[in-house]
Amino acid sequence: MNALKNPPGVKTTGMWLFVLSDLLTFATLLVIYTALRIANPDWPRPFTLSPAIVYATIMTVVLLASSLTMVWAVAAMAEDDRKNTVKWLLATIAGGIAFIALHLTEWRHLVLEDKITASTGLFGAVFFGVTGLHMLHVACGAVYLSILTAGVARGKFSAEDIETGGLYWHFVDLVWMFIFPLVYLMAVKP
Amino acid sequence: MIIFSIDHKVIGKQYIGLALFSVVLGTLLSLIMRFHLVYPDAKVRLFQAMWPDGAPGGQMTPELYLSLMTMHGTIMVFFVLTTAPQSGFGNYFLPLQIGAHDMAFPVLNMLSFWTTALSLLTLLAAFFVEGGAPLSGWTAYPPLSGLGRITGPGEGLGQDLWILSIALFCVASLMAAINFIATIIELRAPGMGYFDMPLTCWGWFVTALISLFAFAVLLAGGILLLLDRTAGTSFFIPGGLIVNDQVQSRSGGSPILFQHLFWFFGHPEVYIAILPGMGLISTVLSVFSGKKVFGYKAMAIALVSIGGLGFVVWGHHMFISGMSPYSSIAFSVLTLAVGVPSAVKTFNWLATLWGGRLRFTAAMHYALGFVSLFITGGITGLVLGQPGLDVYFHDTYFVVAHFHLIMGVAAIFAIFAAFHYWFPLMYGRFLNERLGKVHFFLTFLGVYAVFVPLHFAGFVGNPRRYPDFKEYEFLKSVMPLHIGVTHAAYFLGAVQLIFLFNYFWSQRHGAIAPANPWNAATREWRND
Ligand code: HEM
Ligand SMILES: [Cu+2]
Repeated sequence: MNALKNPPGVKTTGMWLFVLSDLLTFATLLVIYTALRIANPDWPRPFTLSPAIVYATIMTVVLLASSLTMVWAVAAMAEDDRKNTVKWLLATIAGGIAFIALHLTEWRHLVLEDKITASTGLFGAVFFGVTGLHMLHVACGAVYLSILTAGVARGKFSAEDIETGGLYWHFVDLVWMFIFPLVYLMAVKP
Repeated sequence: MIIFSIDHKVIGKQYIGLALFSVVLGTLLSLIMRFHLVYPDAKVRLFQAMWPDGAPGGQMTPELYLSLMTMHGTIMVFFVLTTAPQSGFGNYFLPLQIGAHDMAFPVLNMLSFWTTALSLLTLLAAFFVEGGAPLSGWTAYPPLSGLGRITGPGEGLGQDLWILSIALFCVASLMAAINFIATIIELRAPGMGYFDMPLTCWGWFVTALISLFAFAVLLAGGILLLLDRTAGTSFFIPGGLIVNDQVQSRSGGSPILFQHLFWFFGHPEVYIAILPGMGLISTVLSVFSGKKVFGYKAMAIALVSIGGLGFVVWGHHMFISGMSPYSSIAFSVLTLAVGVPSAVKTFNWLATLWGGRLRFTAAMHYALGFVSLFITGGITGLVLGQPGLDVYFHDTYFVVAHFHLIMGVAAIFAIFAAFHYWFPLMYGRFLNERLGKVHFFLTFLGVYAVFVPLHFAGFVGNPRRYPDFKEYEFLKSVMPLHIGVTHAAYFLGAVQLIFLFNYFWSQRHGAIAPANPWNAATREWRND
């Protein structure tokens, strides 16, 4: 607003704080899942190793790969190499979109073939609640990174901005690393 | 662009304006409630005009009473006590006190105010939709709040709007919390350590940290409750529930789970309301005693420990929920432990006064009133923190008296003190001192006249959230007391007009204030 500028590091601090509070929101959902599951010994376990778990593993790999390309984007921006930054950012966004596409396909399968929806019982409620909120985060991340990409291509934004974006993206990845074992692996047919 | 301003001072004033509007509305609702409690059969044309369905022929239905209570509590807790001390005064004075040029993220600041405003509009919209405002109180326990229209008129769209409003409020508060914390961590003036900050900044700092965690949890709870209502999930709906002779189809969830979530937020929330006030009162007492705050470091550490302990005591709201007695004992011990830092604060306030050259300005009056209310309201907290007693007192007027004194009125006294203390900086003029003192004495009298008798109603076992006491034989004896309370409430409400008049009149006609009129030492008074 005025000539006085924030010192470097303020944006990253802000993002860390956001990550902290968002972590608590996800933790709350997982605590609820835990409590409901303990209270219901006959908790359904509908997933088979193939295709469900294989499929979720592919999604996990895609998301992990997008974290890697994000690391490269941050590194490139640190060296002021905007061309490569744009390239790796685009790769990261592509990873995010691929993840969402795979995820929606899986959802579709669950709803149409397995007849599991959010209202068919606690398993569906937890599954769609948790993965839905996570998918929303991935989608927001894709939009956020697209804005960064467009800016970087036009000579805007600093290395700190990209680092901040990276922080968000890695966080969303990290959350998935909890969801995958808790929601998928622990629901494999015995 | 004055409306969507990103200047922290303008945003601070916008928040204060929003809180003022809300407090007037909340107070009017409470007066209507008090009227109904003592004249439950009165037929009032005005009610019929305002709520044709809720008051057919002017006769208020129990559902309308409950919806007024819900809106009163929600408006006061969220839009008055959470916004004015923190986002209002904090936005205005935090950057000035730590020597920052503005908040760390000015655009985010603007967005958080407008999200709050949108949240308020969403809440108020509940009055105007089919069925009216929700009935489930500011605590919104399911299953009442989770099943929709079948549990009452306001439980349709009204409850949906309520949840949406609170979710928006969570988002706005999280944005504000991030802003406050980042500003304090990153933008302190060169050489200013954490323990060089005025205690006001410590109050805002700890409050922001509490908000960051508490609202994140409430947001999750709100989302799930909304899913229960709209997506057919049953996180909080147990199986086999019969409502209005109809068996509900959903099963498996746990309403107690929502209580845990709500109070994991709800208890820290009461500190969100009071901690900024504690910081401010420390400053005001020290300035008008002509002394440094006694035990500065202990005061800062006490704020942090109250904030921290606040996250492990939520179970004291749930002693009768069927929790294990061992959990009750644990929650009870932790709850009583909060008494320690609270006592540290109280004694340090008294020690700050001790031997000082006291100047009895209006702000000083409110600060002393705050200490008084903090003690009277806090003592009953120690009573309620013991499961053996709380099993009896829970959901009686004893609780109503407790939380109004300590959370409602004490925090509001801090807000009055803040207005009198900082008005010269905000408007270049003084609030009228004599009117301020008159308002103080009448208000002080009024709040004790309203809330002390309610403790006795609690002794008798008078339940809260009941619209009509005369339905119950054992409550006949407390009716005279309620009549007294209602009249005291009218008096208290009327007296607030003095403050409103003073506030608007002094902005234009108050005595011109010189620089640093109170001889304060903090940075905001230096014009550099
Ligand atoms: C003129 C002053 C006030 C009067 C006469 C008043 C009166 C009342 C009454 C009659 C109730 C309903 C009790 C019941 O039926 O169970 C109530 C509830 C409540 N009030 Fe006040 N009130 C006043 C000021 C405030 C203030 C300043 C706050 C600020 C926080 C506040 C917060 C609440 C809350 C949180 C509830 C509980 C709502 C619920 O449980 O759903 N009140 N008040
Ligand atoms: Cu509490």
